[in-house]
Amino acid sequence: MSTLAHVFEAAGIATVSLCSIREQMESTAPPRGLWCDFPLGRPLGKPGDPEFQHRVLAAAFALLDATEPVMTEFDEAIADGGDEMLACPMPPRHDPDAHPAVDEANGLRAAYDRGVEMTEGRFAAGRTVDADDIPSAIEAFIRIAEGTAWKEAGIPGMPMRVSHDIRSYYETAALAMVDHAPAAWASTRWFLDETETGKVMLAARQAMQDQDAPQPMWFYLTPGDR
Amino acid sequence: MADSDLKAMTAALPGESFETTAFTTPPPLAEATVALVTTASLHHPDQDGFEVMDTGYRVLDGSRRDYVTGHWSPNFDGAGFAYDMNTVFPLDRLDELAEQGVIGRVADQHLAYAGNQFDLAGVRMDSGPAGAALMREQGIDVVLLTPV
Repeated sequence: MSTLAHVFEAAGIATVSLCSIREQMESTAPPRGLWCDFPLGRPLGKPGDPEFQHRVLAAAFALLDATEPVMTEFDEAIADGGDEMLACPMPPRHDPDAHPAVDEANGLRAAYDRGVEMTEGRFAAGRTVDADDIPSAIEAFIRIAEGTAWKEAGIPGMPMRVSHDIRSYYETAALAMVDHAPAAWASTRWFLDETETGKVMLAARQAMQDQDAPQPMWFYLTPGDR
Repeated sequence: MADSDLKAMTAALPGESFETTAFTTPPPLAEATVALVTTASLHHPDQDGFEVMDTGYRVLDGSRRDYVTGHWSPNFDGAGFAYDMNTVFPLDRLDELAEQGVIGRVADQHLAYAGNQFDLAGVRMDSGPAGAALMREQGIDVVLLTPV
């Protein structure tokens, strides 16, 4: 992103960059950089908190008064403790013949649809796989987890994009089941650690690694530290 | 799993280096036209999404609010943006600042790129300058850049 700051500034447009990772800001050195030590994905810090967001913007726009390149940091950090997890009700088992992950995904469809309506689909499935096809996409990863070669499992697109749609499906459903802005990563942890499909995705990722799949094919199936 | 672990994984990646830092002095903020440029791969539902390694940009209509993220990376929290678009794309906050007279005007159009690129040559040499030219044509004085 800081690369764009250099390019735009050279074209005669003043820029202010909100930066999430201090080392990257310092490495690329945008003309005006404000390091905001907030969780990745939340450059304005707090969803649903206009007052806080305005504080960030005020600090950012204050850098326009500088007469030379400047990098500084916002005066408040938001730490992710690494353990906060959403508490969401899970659908009861409905189809005993279906894999638990597929049954679970089908059971979450109504919540997903409510979540799409609530969030206007901002983080919904559909990059590669629409909601209707999420269960069959999960089946492909089940096959990988159970030993099928990843190229023969029928993943309906680039693995990282398909997995992102599955995660988005679950996290959008989760948002419909809570009445507050979740802490950063809380819905992702819920997906990976509490759901049947999360277990499948982690197992499939390990299986693809064991099958010597190219690193980008398995690594980006989940956040990189998992 | 912790945000700090993910940041640590990427902190050491080499960034683009620039021999000199361009620096443009803007007009007073209260007279400036301000636009947002995000690398969160935002697009309208009726626009093409972002492919992996897509170095292009999408023009976002500031009169709409139907922004979706097509970012492929799993290494960011998406729930914050889902809950409140201003967490990534603070257009409502800019509108409020314009109403208060803090900024002169909010641009009619904004831009989205895909961050997390491994090869920035296309952004640096092609889509970046093209996007900047588009912003210049619209009289944009100040751009706020937001990542994802």
